[in-house]
Amino acid sequence: MAQQTTLPPAEQPAPAAEARPRPATDVAGLGRGRAAAFVGPAMVLIAVFLVFPALWTLYIGITNYRLTGVQARVPEIVGFDNYADALGDPTFHNALFLTLVFVLFSAVLGQNLLGFALARSLATLRPVLRRVVESLVLLAWIIPGSIVAFLWLALLDRDAGTLNALLQTPGLAWLIDYPLVSIIVFNIWRGTAFSMLLYSAALASVPPSQLETARLVGASRWQTLRDVVFPHIRGHVLTNTLLISLWTFNDFTPFLITAGGPNDRTEILPVYIYNTAISGGQMGYGAAVSLIMLVINLIIALFYIRLLRERR
Amino acid sequence: MTPRDFVGRIGFYVLIGLVTAFFALPMLWLVGTPFDEQPGLALSVPDPTLGNFSELLDNRFALPSLLNSVLLALGTAVLVVAFAATAAYSLSRVRIPGRDVLLYLLLLLSSIVTGTAAMVPIFLLMFELGLIDSRVGVVLVLSGGLLPAAIFILKDFMDSVPKSYEESARVFGASAFQILRDVVVPVIRPGLATIAVWTIVNVWGNFLVPFILLRDADKQPAAVLMRTFYTEGGAPNLALISTFSLLFSIPVVVMYLFVNRKYGFRFYGGIKS
Repeated sequence: MAQQTTLPPAEQPAPAAEARPRPATDVAGLGRGRAAAFVGPAMVLIAVFLVFPALWTLYIGITNYRLTGVQARVPEIVGFDNYADALGDPTFHNALFLTLVFVLFSAVLGQNLLGFALARSLATLRPVLRRVVESLVLLAWIIPGSIVAFLWLALLDRDAGTLNALLQTPGLAWLIDYPLVSIIVFNIWRGTAFSMLLYSAALASVPPSQLETARLVGASRWQTLRDVVFPHIRGHVLTNTLLISLWTFNDFTPFLITAGGPNDRTEILPVYIYNTAISGGQMGYGAAVSLIMLVINLIIALFYIRLLRERR
Repeated sequence: MTPRDFVGRIGFYVLIGLVTAFFALPMLWLVGTPFDEQPGLALSVPDPTLGNFSELLDNRFALPSLLNSVLLALGTAVLVVAFAATAAYSLSRVRIPGRDVLLYLLLLLSSIVTGTAAMVPIFLLMFELGLIDSRVGVVLVLSGGLLPAAIFILKDFMDSVPKSYEESARVFGASAFQILRDVVVPVIRPGLATIAVWTIVNVWGNFLVPFILLRDADKQPAAVLMRTFYTEGGAPNLALISTFSLLFSIPVVVMYLFVNRKYGFRFYGGIKS
C-alpha cells in the first residue's frame, strides 16, 4: 500500500466546491480503489455463501436433483412439479400446520406473554432476587442447543425423569404422548430471554409520571396496563413478535429432542426439509419447500422493515 | 396492607417461584450430575467425586471436538471481525451511491437466508465445491451468514469516530491501512470485542451447519458430537455426557458474564442472530 505523504489533490474535492452541509466524501483518503479492496473480501463471502445459495434455490427447486443415482450427475428440469408435489403432499401440509401451531403457541403467545410478565414483575423485585431470575432465564437462552436438548431429554425421561418424579406420574412418556406440547414448552423455556430483555427496556421508557397519575385516579392494574403502558410499547410488541416468530420459525433445535417423531408428529418445516432433502436425498423437492420457507421469512422481514420505517 | 393485598403479594411470590423453578429445573441436572459418583437422569444430591471427568479422556473424540469448536469459533471470529471492520470502515468513510440501501438489503438477506431455510443449497454448494468434511468450509459458510449484521453494527461504531483524528493522521503521512489499524481500531475496540464475542457465541452453539457439512467425527465440533453421545444406541454414558456438557457450556457462560459486566447484556441481547 503506497504511502501518502500529502493530501492527494485529485481525489479530494475542493472545500469550497462542496457547499452542501454534508461530510466530505472521503476523509480518510481511501480512494475508490482502496475502498473497494476494503469492502471486497466481505462482499465476496456474502455473495458466495449467502446470496448465491438463495438464488440457487430457485434453480434446484425446478430440477429433480438427487444426491445419488443418475439425477445426481445430470439433473433434469422438471418445472414446477416439485411445487405441485409439495402443495399436494399431506406430509407437507402436516409440517406446515405443525410449524404454525409451534410458532403461534411457543413464540407469539408463550415467549411474548411470559417475557412481558417477567419484565413487568422483575421490576418490582429486590435487585438480588431480580438478578437471580434474570440470570436463569438468560442461561436457558445462551447454553448451546445440543446441551439443553439433552437436559430436556433427561427432564422428560419416562422412567427416571425429574418431571415424572415431581408430578408423581411414573412411566408417563411425555415425548411420545405429548410431543408437540413438549417442544412448545421447551421453546418457551429456551427463548423467553429475548422478550424479557426487550420488554424490560421498553417498560423503562414509560414515563413514571403517567403511571403515578393512573395510580392516583385509582386505575386498576389492568386499566393501567391497557391505557398507559400499552400505547407506549405497542411498537416494541410488534417488533418482538415479528423477531421471535422469525427465529422460532427457523429454529432447528426441536430436531435435537424429537427428530420430528414420533411418526412426524413434531416434524416442523426445518426438520421436514432436513428429513426429505439432506437425509432422504430429494434435493429438488427439498429446495422447493425451502423456497416456500424463504418466502415466508421474506414476508415476516418485510413487515418488520416497514415497522422500523414507520417508527422513524 | 389490607388482607387482600397481602394474599395478592403471596400469590405473586408463589408465581415468581414457580417461573424460577421452571427455568432452573432443567439446568439443575448440569450442576450436580458431573460430580455424582453414580450419575443418573434424575436429580439427586451428588455423592461427590471428580472421577467422571476421566471419561473425557477415555472418549477419543470428546476433547478433540472441543478443540474443533474452538477452531471454528475463532476462525469465524477472525474472518468476521477483520472483514466486517475493513468493510464497515470503507462504507462509513467513502460515499458510494446506494450504500444504505445495500446495507439494508444485506441485513434483510441475512435474516431471511438462515441456515435452516438454505440448508439444501448450502449443502449442495459445498458438495460441488468439494468442501464437505472441511472445517474451512464451515467457517466460510458461517462467516457469510454473520457478516451483514456485523458490518451493519460496526458501521454505526465507525460513524461515531471523529473524522478529525484521521485527518490529523493523514497530515502526518499515515497510509489508509495504518490509519485503520492505529487510529480507528483502538477507538472502536468495544465494538470489535462485541462482534467477536457475538460471533463466538453464535458459532459455539451452532448445530445445523457443522451437522450437515461435517461427517467425519474427528472434525466435528462439540455441538455435533454431543448428539452422538445420546442418540447412538445403548444406554447413554451419563458420566461422559454430564462432564462434557459442563465443559462445553462454561465458555459461553463466562463470556456472558464478561459481556454483562462490561457492556450490559442489553446490547448483546438485541443482536443475537
